[in-house]
Amino acid sequence: MTALAARRRHPLAAAAIVLLGLLVTGVAYAAVTPGRAQATTASADDVAAGKKLFLANCSTCHGLNAEGRNEFPSLIGVGAAAVDFQVGTGRMPLQATGPQAPKVVNKFSEEEVKQLAAYVASLGPGPAVPSAEDVDASKGDVSKGSLIFRTNCAMCHNFNGKGGALTQGKYAPNLEGVTPTHVYEAMVTGPQSMPVFNDSTITPQEKRDIIAYLQAVETDTPPGGVSLGAIGPVSEGLVAWAVGLSLLVGCAVWLGAKAS
Amino acid sequence: MSTTTTAKAAGNLGNWADERVGASKGVKFLARKIFPDHWSFMLGEVALYSFIILLLTGVFLTFFYIPSVGHTVYTGSYEQLAGQTVSEAYASSLSLSFDVRGGLLMRQIHHWSALIFVASIVTHMFRVFFTGAFRKPREINWVIGSVLALLAIVEGFAGYSLPDDLLSGTGLRIASSIILAIPVVGSYISFFLFGGQFPGEEFIPRLYTIHVLLLPGIFLALITAHLILLIVQKHTQYPGPGRTNENVVGYPLFPVYMAKAGGFFFIVFGITALMGALFTINPIWAYGAYHPSPVTAGSQPDWYMGWLDGAVRLTPGFLEFQVLGFTVSGNILLPALIIPGLVTMPMILYPWIEQWATGDKREHHLLDRPRNVPTRTGLGVMAITFYLLLLVSGGNDIIATHLRLSINDITNSLRLLVFVVPPLAYVVTKRICLGLQRKDREKVLHGRETGVIYRTEEGEFFEVHEPLDEHDRWLLVQHDSFRPLDPAPTEDERGVKRPGARFDKVKAKLSSFYFEDRIEPVTPAELEAAHHEHHGGHEAVEGSDEAERPALAGH
Amino acid sequence: MSIDQSHGHPGSDVATTSEGGLPERFENPGLEPHRHRMADVDPKAAKRAERQVAALFGLSTLGTILFVVAYYAVSIEGDSWAEIARQLRISTTLLGIGLALATFGVGAGAVHWAKTLMPDEERIELRHPMRGTDEDRDAALDILREGSAEAGIGRRPLIRNSLLGALVPLTVGPAIVLLRDTGPLPGNDLSTTFWKQGLALVHDPITDPEGLGRKIKPEDLTIGSVVHVLPEGIQAEEVEHPLDEIAKAAVLLIRLNPDDLDEVSRAGAYEGIVAYSKICTHMGCPVALYEQQTHHLLCPCHQSTFDLKQNCKVIFGPAKRPLPQLAITVDDAGYLVAKSPFTEAAGPSFWERG
Repeated sequence: MTALAARRRHPLAAAAIVLLGLLVTGVAYAAVTPGRAQATTASADDVAAGKKLFLANCSTCHGLNAEGRNEFPSLIGVGAAAVDFQVGTGRMPLQATGPQAPKVVNKFSEEEVKQLAAYVASLGPGPAVPSAEDVDASKGDVSKGSLIFRTNCAMCHNFNGKGGALTQGKYAPNLEGVTPTHVYEAMVTGPQSMPVFNDSTITPQEKRDIIAYLQAVETDTPPGGVSLGAIGPVSEGLVAWAVGLSLLVGCAVWLGAKAS
Repeated sequence: MSTTTTAKAAGNLGNWADERVGASKGVKFLARKIFPDHWSFMLGEVALYSFIILLLTGVFLTFFYIPSVGHTVYTGSYEQLAGQTVSEAYASSLSLSFDVRGGLLMRQIHHWSALIFVASIVTHMFRVFFTGAFRKPREINWVIGSVLALLAIVEGFAGYSLPDDLLSGTGLRIASSIILAIPVVGSYISFFLFGGQFPGEEFIPRLYTIHVLLLPGIFLALITAHLILLIVQKHTQYPGPGRTNENVVGYPLFPVYMAKAGGFFFIVFGITALMGALFTINPIWAYGAYHPSPVTAGSQPDWYMGWLDGAVRLTPGFLEFQVLGFTVSGNILLPALIIPGLVTMPMILYPWIEQWATGDKREHHLLDRPRNVPTRTGLGVMAITFYLLLLVSGGNDIIATHLRLSINDITNSLRLLVFVVPPLAYVVTKRICLGLQRKDREKVLHGRETGVIYRTEEGEFFEVHEPLDEHDRWLLVQHDSFRPLDPAPTEDERGVKRPGARFDKVKAKLSSFYFEDRIEPVTPAELEAAHHEHHGGHEAVEGSDEAERPALAGH
Repeated sequence: MSIDQSHGHPGSDVATTSEGGLPERFENPGLEPHRHRMADVDPKAAKRAERQVAALFGLSTLGTILFVVAYYAVSIEGDSWAEIARQLRISTTLLGIGLALATFGVGAGAVHWAKTLMPDEERIELRHPMRGTDEDRDAALDILREGSAEAGIGRRPLIRNSLLGALVPLTVGPAIVLLRDTGPLPGNDLSTTFWKQGLALVHDPITDPEGLGRKIKPEDLTIGSVVHVLPEGIQAEEVEHPLDEIAKAAVLLIRLNPDDLDEVSRAGAYEGIVAYSKICTHMGCPVALYEQQTHHLLCPCHQSTFDLKQNCKVIFGPAKRPLPQLAITVDDAGYLVAKSPFTEAAGPSFWERG
């Protein structure tokens, strides 16, 4: 997980994540309760700092008390997981209107995201940010994960998690490079068009299976050569014409031309 | 010493063969047959060689593939499916890919070759169509070729359905629904084909027989007939100096074409093998085994089925209706059965349609330059445009995600574009053809532009035009220009209505549709006149004699 | 070589104006003068071409060696898939490149040989009309007439008619009769599904070895939840064709705010939880894409869009009929069960569907 995150962030951020990861793991062990424990213990300072950030960045749409207005949803009870996902992937604060909020570079620090999450979590009970154990791919079963993924996720995100089209310009995003934590949070919170997959729909162990499967899809070498985007026969057809037939026609032209 | 022994051995062999099968006559007939050289004549060969590659790699695949949907628990190399219940067809497809050395390569070559097979058939047909190679006496070969093209699509679909993976299973589900939509007998045909309900247990083994036995057998027979006709009728050739309708100019089969065509087989094999080596195709392991409940985003067929899928995507749902308590699924029948019929029938019958319009019953062995037959070229481009738009519709979801567009907007736009763009393509193509013909005339009459500009003493600018030599000129003036047929009088001399009069009127209309807009090739008299007009073979770069040029060129 | 014939055409003559002794059309100037290749005039160039051809053939030999070596040297076994996949990639790439070189080398060599060293003077072969001469045609006609007369097919209508009477049934009869056993008659199979009143809804996929599946309680679903559902027991051993049944019985269970449902759907719903057939009414693909904000269901195959707020009415795409709703309730133990089977056929349309 840290390695994945490091690719896209400042080198110092990587170190911070390692520290945070260690801290989170330590806390999780201390808490003994496995799996769904409140992984991060938020201090009152965090909540206060988070409130400041909220007022500055989010309250214009979601209201001064996060009560929501018009089409902007109330954030009471959405939990820390929703904030960590929406802000951590750069989807919130919303940059521009469009069919849906795209994944962009997150402009907040890890610390600030944590503080914002702590503040929103303090407004009402909701899904917490998953623990390191929750998203530990090594504890997941890749084969089970592929089965669950195929039934519950592939219809929108494609068989390899490369994403797909929804109605009216909306889309299921590509899952490549999405951190396991964000994958987990998306399942429990159901952001934007995505349905909610709570712990009784897809059990925490099954979520780990899915994360393990996605990790395998991302890291395994494609055995048959360049994967051509893993989006199915459309790219294959293009390559058959653009590469295969073009090369063959090129050879035919050479064959038919008079030698100098 | 050794050469004499070899020669002697060859002589003995030749004698043996001749005394048993009369080999000398065959050699005499075939070995020095002349084939004209042109790259576009190799497109059909790509198809032929792809077919041979498909046979070779396909036989290898049958050694390991098990055509059965019997359930088995997957225990092979691919951990992501470990312990899942899959069909034997799927498990054996994975096993031949992952547990057999070179198996994955063979599967990938087989699949790439299939895509190239159909692509080369299609481009071969384009060449034949646009150059008029389908004209008398080659109508039969056009029909055989068209049937081969359609069968190739069916064969490809059957092939990629065999691994029983999630994507191909979704394709079979759609195929079964199309059969179900056939009025009156649909459910019965579907139950007989699938041995009961979908997916059933019978269809994969039956499809296997069709894919490896029935269709390849038909292919072999039709390809043989196609090639025999090619040899009997001799190959067409492009027009040019020395090429006439009564000769064929080129190189002998032995040794030149033996080496070129034989070598080209290996070139096709090499390029297909390279694609199999470098590019993943149809990653069935990633799709997972077929199951009726899951589905993947971006469910598409292989490219050659894409236009049908696209037509289905564009058709609105209101075409389904109830009649006397029965369901008529117009939303499926129209795009999946009626449109393919409406598209393929005119294609197959085209040689006769055009013959009817021209009233031309002669044999044609010299090819047309597409620009010299503007209406045909326009019709062809129109058909291709229609086809391409449907193909694009088949990928509307991929376009939506990759270009960040709304799938609804894409679909609605394409619903309009399929009606608007093809006729537009026809008009534009025809105009371009006529323009090119005018340019040809200009070139013949005024020579080729040299780029050298002279200024006269009076300050006028001239570009020096260099007259064409007779070889270069020939290509531009050799073609026929048809005039529309005059409608035969509706009454005979005694004022009695002729029985076929109405029919002739349609014929005359068709003929004028084809040949109303035409530009005739330059005649020697016109060239002579042009020379008199332009004392010295130069003309003003701009303006000065623009007004007289149209009159000169006769258009 | 005369070109006259190619320019006279019946019915649509080109305007003819032959003034001043000029021919009506240009005449074919005949073949262009032959241009010699480098290899024809320069022995050095010929030698060079020869070496190039040999090099290409040599390349092919190297390719074959690469292929054989890669076949034996690269193992495709390993302890984990990650390792096997890496090995497979190497094996496939090397074998493929070897094969590509081996074949391409032969082909390119042969073509280069033909192009540079074999004679390239264009030769002319004359064509003859496909049509036989009049004598040939008369002779053929005579043979056919004579043969038919010998067989007497015209004189003996009894033989002709009885032969027809034998052949026509032979080509039609056995073929149709034999095909009868390729499958059962449809009967009621397309109109019924596995769902029965009181059958529990269980999670799809069913992964436990007994094939029972995990049952669902209403409180398991939060608003915006989607559960892929099958009827309990569909994968049990006594079910003969579980996939055939799943292909009709797969259901999508969704929890909405009850206010978002219309009257009709609310009747079959349980506390805002609705169950709809997942099999598209168009071509049978699983309509599994649920957008929880718009409450639209989208089919990934042909983009038919169904609106949950309007009892799954089609709002876009090629489907016509709404997805059938499965009425649900809870049993005594508090698990979600079917209140009744589907009241109409689930899945794609067919003639008898009505």
